[in-house]
Amino acid sequence: MIFDILVILAMLTGLLFFVATTVGLIRFPDFYSRVHAAGKGDTLSTTLFLGGAILFLLRDFSGDTLLTAGKLLLIVFYIFIASPTATHAIIDAGYEFRVPYWTRPTKDNSTERDEENLDNGFYPEDLKG
Amino acid sequence: MPNHCNCMSICDDSGEIAIMPVVFTFFVMLAFWIVMSGKFDFFHLGMGIVSSGLVAGLSHDLLFEGHTKKLAATLVEITCFLRYLVWLFWQIVLANFHIAGLALSLHPKKHMDPHIIKFRTSLKTNFARFVLANSITLTPGTVSVRIEDDVFYVHAITRRSSADLAGLKPGEMERWVAWVFEGGSR
Repeated sequence: MIFDILVILAMLTGLLFFVATTVGLIRFPDFYSRVHAAGKGDTLSTTLFLGGAILFLLRDFSGDTLLTAGKLLLIVFYIFIASPTATHAIIDAGYEFRVPYWTRPTKDNSTERDEENLDNGFYPEDLKG
Repeated sequence: MPNHCNCMSICDDSGEIAIMPVVFTFFVMLAFWIVMSGKFDFFHLGMGIVSSGLVAGLSHDLLFEGHTKKLAATLVEITCFLRYLVWLFWQIVLANFHIAGLALSLHPKKHMDPHIIKFRTSLKTNFARFVLANSITLTPGTVSVRIEDDVFYVHAITRRSSADLAGLKPGEMERWVAWVFEGGSR
């Protein structure tokens, strides 16, 4: 009973973080912050979700379920290595090609004029080499 | 493993055979094989031992590249690394709450302040720098954009995300990485 509650709780929080990630992907203003939301909001949510699955599997404990749980753990391990690497590759490519950048508007009421803030003036000079 | 001695690739420059990397790689590969196959009969285990031995003989220098430390030192390093992972996971949880709250807030742009910070690291080895860069990227809110020698370029989404990395002194994460790999204090 308590086990079931734990499983459901882990999966629900995982899903909640996935939703937040997706909403962030849509709402954030520019390429870089969207990569932030998309690329690694899933680190915690995947861990929670697969952790819930592992707990659920281990409820009837046997060699078979232990093996499957091990495979799921390997997936978590893989995501923890692949996710930051892919995120870094994408954001570095964007940096290389000088993708427009959103910076905080100086006046708070200028939120409709976001497009004007998308210029290339933000990059540090010494990164051009 | 006397039958490996005629293989030139596992003999280092001094002519001695570096046996530990081969053994380590063999057991890591075998564990991976067993988890993946899930079969314990003679045929499958035999296939696993043969292929693990083949992989270990051919590419043992990939997994422990340039790792010249003794076995005990490596074990200590792994223990420290596991403790670091626990701390890192807690940081990931905290930062995930921050980013999820930001994404679901009514006016995310009011709280956002994307910027790039540049800082000089005190880490010496490439592997420690790689671990620090991946840890920065794993923590939501910060992405390491580029490393040029000892200078890190990190993109952060809010000022709070970059608070640990910004100051003049090494941040908490960097001190942890230094503690694990380079014997620093944390």
